[in-house]
Amino acid sequence: MSIGIVMLAHTALHRAEQVARHWTKAGCPVVIHVDQVVSPKRYRIFTERLSDDPLIRFSKRHRCDWGSWGLVAASQDASELMLTGFEDVSHVYLTSGSCLPLRPVQELIDYLKARPRTDHIESATTADVPWTVGGLDEERFTMRFPFSWRRNRYLFDRFVELQRKLGYTRKIPDGLTPHMGSQWWCLTRQTLSSILQDPKRKVYDRYFRHVWIPDESYFQTLSRLYSTSIISRSLTLSKFDFQGKPHIFYDDHLQLLRRSDCFVARKIWHSADRLYETFLNPKPGELSRQEPNPGKIDRIFAKAVDRRTRGRPGLYMQSRFPNEDWENGVTAAKYSVFQGFTELFTDFEPWLAQVTGARVHGHLFAPDRAHFAEGQTVMNGALSDNATLRDYDPKMFLTNLLWNTRGERQCFQLGPKSTPNVVWDIAKDPNAQVSVISGAWAIPLFQSNRTFGELRKEAAQMQKIETQMLDALRSPYSKCRKRIWTMAEFIEAPMEAIQVIVDEIGFQPNRRLTTAPTMVDLAGFGQFLQNLKNQGMHPYLMGDFPADPITPASLRDTQRPRPYLVKK
Amino acid sequence: MGVVQRYGLRLQRKRWRLRAFRKRRELKPVTNRTDQIRKNDILLFCTLRNEGIRLPYFLKYYRDMGVSHFFFVDNDSTDGSAELLAEQPDVSVWHTRKSYKRARFGIDWMNWLLRRYGHDHWCLTVDPDELFVYPFCDSRPLPALTDWLEASSIKSFSAMLLDMYPKGRIDAVPYQAGQNPLEIASWFDSGNYTLKRNHLLGNLWIQGGARARVFFPDQPEAAPALNKIPLVKWHHRYTYVSSTHMLLPRGLNYVYDEWGGEKASGALLHTKFLSTFNDKAMEELKRREHYAGSLEYVAYANALQDHPDLWCKWSEKYINWRQLEILGLMSMGNWA
Repeated sequence: MSIGIVMLAHTALHRAEQVARHWTKAGCPVVIHVDQVVSPKRYRIFTERLSDDPLIRFSKRHRCDWGSWGLVAASQDASELMLTGFEDVSHVYLTSGSCLPLRPVQELIDYLKARPRTDHIESATTADVPWTVGGLDEERFTMRFPFSWRRNRYLFDRFVELQRKLGYTRKIPDGLTPHMGSQWWCLTRQTLSSILQDPKRKVYDRYFRHVWIPDESYFQTLSRLYSTSIISRSLTLSKFDFQGKPHIFYDDHLQLLRRSDCFVARKIWHSADRLYETFLNPKPGELSRQEPNPGKIDRIFAKAVDRRTRGRPGLYMQSRFPNEDWENGVTAAKYSVFQGFTELFTDFEPWLAQVTGARVHGHLFAPDRAHFAEGQTVMNGALSDNATLRDYDPKMFLTNLLWNTRGERQCFQLGPKSTPNVVWDIAKDPNAQVSVISGAWAIPLFQSNRTFGELRKEAAQMQKIETQMLDALRSPYSKCRKRIWTMAEFIEAPMEAIQVIVDEIGFQPNRRLTTAPTMVDLAGFGQFLQNLKNQGMHPYLMGDFPADPITPASLRDTQRPRPYLVKK
Repeated sequence: MGVVQRYGLRLQRKRWRLRAFRKRRELKPVTNRTDQIRKNDILLFCTLRNEGIRLPYFLKYYRDMGVSHFFFVDNDSTDGSAELLAEQPDVSVWHTRKSYKRARFGIDWMNWLLRRYGHDHWCLTVDPDELFVYPFCDSRPLPALTDWLEASSIKSFSAMLLDMYPKGRIDAVPYQAGQNPLEIASWFDSGNYTLKRNHLLGNLWIQGGARARVFFPDQPEAAPALNKIPLVKWHHRYTYVSSTHMLLPRGLNYVYDEWGGEKASGALLHTKFLSTFNDKAMEELKRREHYAGSLEYVAYANALQDHPDLWCKWSEKYINWRQLEILGLMSMGNWA
């Protein structure tokens, strides 16, 4: 017995010749179909070059456009020639001119010899598989497709729509259940000759001529009628990308291909010299009896498709610039934003860095410069602290920072003096965790030594801005996770609030805090607010702050020893 | 996009083509070896002035990559560049004394040569200080990329300009002819770029990097554009609009994905900042032949007096294309 190779060649004929000779050297006859588009001159040269090999024949030429009937007709003619011309062929293997055998031919012969009645053809019903291009699965068998999908996409789509609207369907010939799968199959003589000599072949051919992409369904459907045993898997390693075109293998895939243990791979780049060199001159060595195992290659190509369709979240670059809401992650990682905390606690930033291990920046969007952690003037990715550069595109400053620091949690402070509108970018980002103590901007005013008139003016302005910021955070467009306390609420029970925030950052989950940040001395703050009120400026963002010049209850609270709080 | 706007772009395209046609008379052929060009050859187009010292490495780099024929416009070099080029077996050279600025910074000349010789070829348009890298460039030659682009029905390939610089003073290590400039200028900024969309022509406008950080911190809007589309399967109807930043028809500018995915892209390593830079900057400042009244060179000249160090603590040292892909500066897309 031997295997007959049917080869459909259209370009890179020198490679087809090389591979054909490789097959015949192992005793496998080859029937080559050369696409009609190849010029008669090139075809003549090609046939003459191979005329010295008695195991190579050429079949009648057809025009083989992608997804056209020509591919099926070419396979039929070549298979007939193979079955009649070479009596001892037991299996026929359909390959293309850019296929490359990866294992010694003898291994393939042995493999098939051990499975004399088995057909290897990927064949699945349309309902069960998602690999359809153009969104057509069932319909490719019940509609007509007079227009080319590649060249005349507009008419193709309109005509499909029209048929849908009219409810037009073709009748599938009796006894056929449409199946589809990879066009590269290996069938036994019995199955193949039954298909080719079927008395109803004319009916089937007429039907399939108008099915869309018949080369993926003709043999796949008909083999189900005759085969006694089908293994629905192609022996050819062939991967497709998201547009349905095959991935190409290059020299750097050598090790991957070698380890895949597949018999034949498609498609090989015509100038991948090292691949052709290596696999067409196998070293005499131990035969491997392993089953094909393309898992690793599958993963690499699946990753490539994922990169092309979903990309890396939070990345904005020359070839990925998603429209709003299509980002698959506005930013690269989760981050925390604090408003009012540095004002209320004297040592909030170092304290937070210590308890969470996160990178804690100061006011990143301050008017003078970006206050990066540890007073740095440049951050990861050579991001400058220059305020003009930052404010040229504040959103990209933020996305850049988070992209550059992937793997490290970022925290930063925000306030009414921050770059305007950046709060909207943060509010719309599901990665942001925003904690606000509203009204805390009044504390630095309270501590400052400026004239009251100035303070009053600034307080009014800050209150206005912060109100707008809170509106943004609370708006229906906001997607961030937010916690907003008034100052009065917060100092009622500061440690509980802080515990929640720290847990959310999640470096040491469910650990009770053992240190607390130091709160500024608020004695007299209530009176300060009252003075503002007396001047006609009503500060409302702080909540109901007691006007009496007493120490707030919470501050007494933190000073009282608690079982879980060890003050340094 | 309305009919009027579309027609406007068509007129604009015709205008640039006509201009290129007019400017063809400024080019005098020195050596024309274009009869050697074969059907699937990849062509390279370049304008230069006094860049002789870079040429040996430049030619070797692109020959090894798989470029088959070079087209140079020599803008009146005085350092023997033209003679060096004329000797090369795979180079065609044109000479001109005319103004670089009035040829729209050389792009009219490029457009003419592309139109005349580039039709139906993959054409790479680069400056002598730009080194093109693309995914898998260390294991697959350029024809592998162009074959793949062709099979994927992609007509243009973007490669962002990445400014490379040395550590320390720019003139500290003298550059020798034939040397890999990346041995000296091996650092770059990895994550401080800003992108904006040009809604009329569809291209992205990328700015940032070391030049924005050091020379334009106070006027970022004036920082040079870094988006480039240097590799195009040329058709005689195409035209570059402004340098190789964008093209018409505008479909060629959609080299980015808008729905979250990544298209394949490369990078142009811009090795401007070598020891040769100071003299060059001074000369260009005098000639005033560069973009926007040589604003860029004015900024350089001002800053260069204090011998700035472009390098900073967070500069990245260039290793290979994979590093650029991981940093998110370029992407393999679905080419695996």
